Amino acid sequence: MSGAFTKSMARNIFYGGTVFFFLLFLALSFDTHSQLPKRDMRADITPQVAEGKKLWEVNNCIGCHTLMGEGAYFAPELGNVYKRRGPDFIKAWIAAQPTKEPGRRKMPDFNFSDEQLDAIVAFLKYVDSINDANWPPNDEG
Amino acid sequence: MQYKSQAVAKLYFIAAIGLFAGQILFGLTLGLQYVMGDFLFPEIPFNVARMVHTNLLIVWLLFGFMGGAYYMIPEEAETELASPKLALAMFWIFLVAGAATVLGYLLVPYATLAEMTGNGLLETMGREFLEQPLPTKLGIVVVALAFLFNITLTVLKGKKTAISIVLLIGLWGLAVFFLFSFYNPTNIVIDKFFWWWTVHLWVEGVWELILGSFLAFVLIKTTGVDREVIEKWLYVIVTLTLITGIIGTGHHYYWIGTPEYWQWWGSIFSALEPIPFFAMTVFAFTMVNRRRREHPNKAAVLWALGTGVMAFLGAGVWGFLHTLAPVNYYTHGTQITAAHGHMAFYGAYVMVVLMMISYAMPIMRGRAANSNKSQVLEMWSFWLMTVAIVFITLFLTAAGILQVWLQRASDTPLSFMDAQDKIAIFYWMREWTGVVFLIGLLAYIISFFIGGKEEQTA
Repeated sequence: MSGAFTKSMARNIFYGGTVFFFLLFLALSFDTHSQLPKRDMRADITPQVAEGKKLWEVNNCIGCHTLMGEGAYFAPELGNVYKRRGPDFIKAWIAAQPTKEPGRRKMPDFNFSDEQLDAIVAFLKYVDSINDANWPPNDEG
Repeated sequence: MQYKSQAVAKLYFIAAIGLFAGQILFGLTLGLQYVMGDFLFPEIPFNVARMVHTNLLIVWLLFGFMGGAYYMIPEEAETELASPKLALAMFWIFLVAGAATVLGYLLVPYATLAEMTGNGLLETMGREFLEQPLPTKLGIVVVALAFLFNITLTVLKGKKTAISIVLLIGLWGLAVFFLFSFYNPTNIVIDKFFWWWTVHLWVEGVWELILGSFLAFVLIKTTGVDREVIEKWLYVIVTLTLITGIIGTGHHYYWIGTPEYWQWWGSIFSALEPIPFFAMTVFAFTMVNRRRREHPNKAAVLWALGTGVMAFLGAGVWGFLHTLAPVNYYTHGTQITAAHGHMAFYGAYVMVVLMMISYAMPIMRGRAANSNKSQVLEMWSFWLMTVAIVFITLFLTAAGILQVWLQRASDTPLSFMDAQDKIAIFYWMREWTGVVFLIGLLAYIISFFIGGKEEQTA
């Protein structure tokens, strides 16, 4: 780190390298967005799915669960719960919370209407249909 | 203290330590809820406690970054802060906004909070780490801009050192990438894609510039090594950070609906992400070995060396552990991620802020270093917290490996909750180790109140 290699050379490499790799990242991001329509099933995003996503957010579901592996690790993965449990089970399960079992991790009662439960199921069904490179490894999530 | 206006940093540091204590108390609550599921339910459900835990972490680190910048920039620029009054006003705005947000989380259901704060106008809430209500997010932008205005102006009217420039790039990057937190499209794939532009480009990008800049500053001050040498190292480290870390974002694009080529880009570039952290370790040790003076603040030097080592272990090694796509296929979203998150945040960002506080606080209190007695206790707190985080990480890693095995790799996979029950012992050990961490933190706080003969040699 001495001799011929000077501070101003290091600085120039820093600026040049950063700009180059940021532009490369932008190019990859641009390409990704041109490919997404084939993968994200955007045609299936109905107003009901959008409503489900909103409910997912304003009740902070991500604070306990993961969705496509992202979120908290306290409660099960829900990106594939539609396939794992099916719509009726999901609705019944949410409506039955919190469980009475002492010591078991608890999910709050969110007082959802039937219409809201349907929207949440529609959202989870949509997420399950996204092409996410075959993740998770099995149905247990 | 060379410049009077540096003193505004003191308030920022005090707030940072207070919020740090809050973060740890909520962390212990969460750890207990992992094994006693109905603890504090329904008063404080897990998701609420977790929001408080992670948001307090972010806010106190930001307090630490701002305090560090307010302390460092006048000394680097060799001029008073452009506006100490603005810095003071922003402190109170940020503190009140932060406290109100946490109270909001704790006192009303999140959905009600969203309704009360106008989430309908622009839906930004309910995404991990970016849970803040819209007014808080806007407040963060205002505070960040006022802060950046203040320190940028200071640098512009004074000397422009490499350390200042790297810090400014880091802080401006922090503000710019935060703007993506306002973008929340209905399409969840695009939502997640840009969510990482805030989250990843913060912690594996621009925050590392702030880390490197602080570390370089304290190393110059405590070792007396030539600035030319230290700043050259700094440029090399931040170059390595950004050329690996920017494309390294790809390691979050494996399984969220983005094209498969990210598995290659993400694996290759993020496998290189440990290199800048390793360089940081070598940097810290080399500079301390080549020191031209014995600085009386031994605790600050210990934090500087500590952050070098622990950032490499937590961010570098534990990140590498699960960053290759074929491995991540199994470990994604398990306790392995939690293990990495804990040691990386502690090693890289908690320790560097504590290093800054350790170096600057005695000077702001009118001495070069604290008394020997106070420093000994501070070093005890260093070891207690650091050893505790290492064991927390090891226990979570063990839990994560078993979780992957039971739930994903096995021929007869268990359900999530059944697997969790089987690994509960590791959660208990994590919780007890968390208590050790809290004891370390208490020792740290007490060390500020220990007097004794002051070290006067500068």
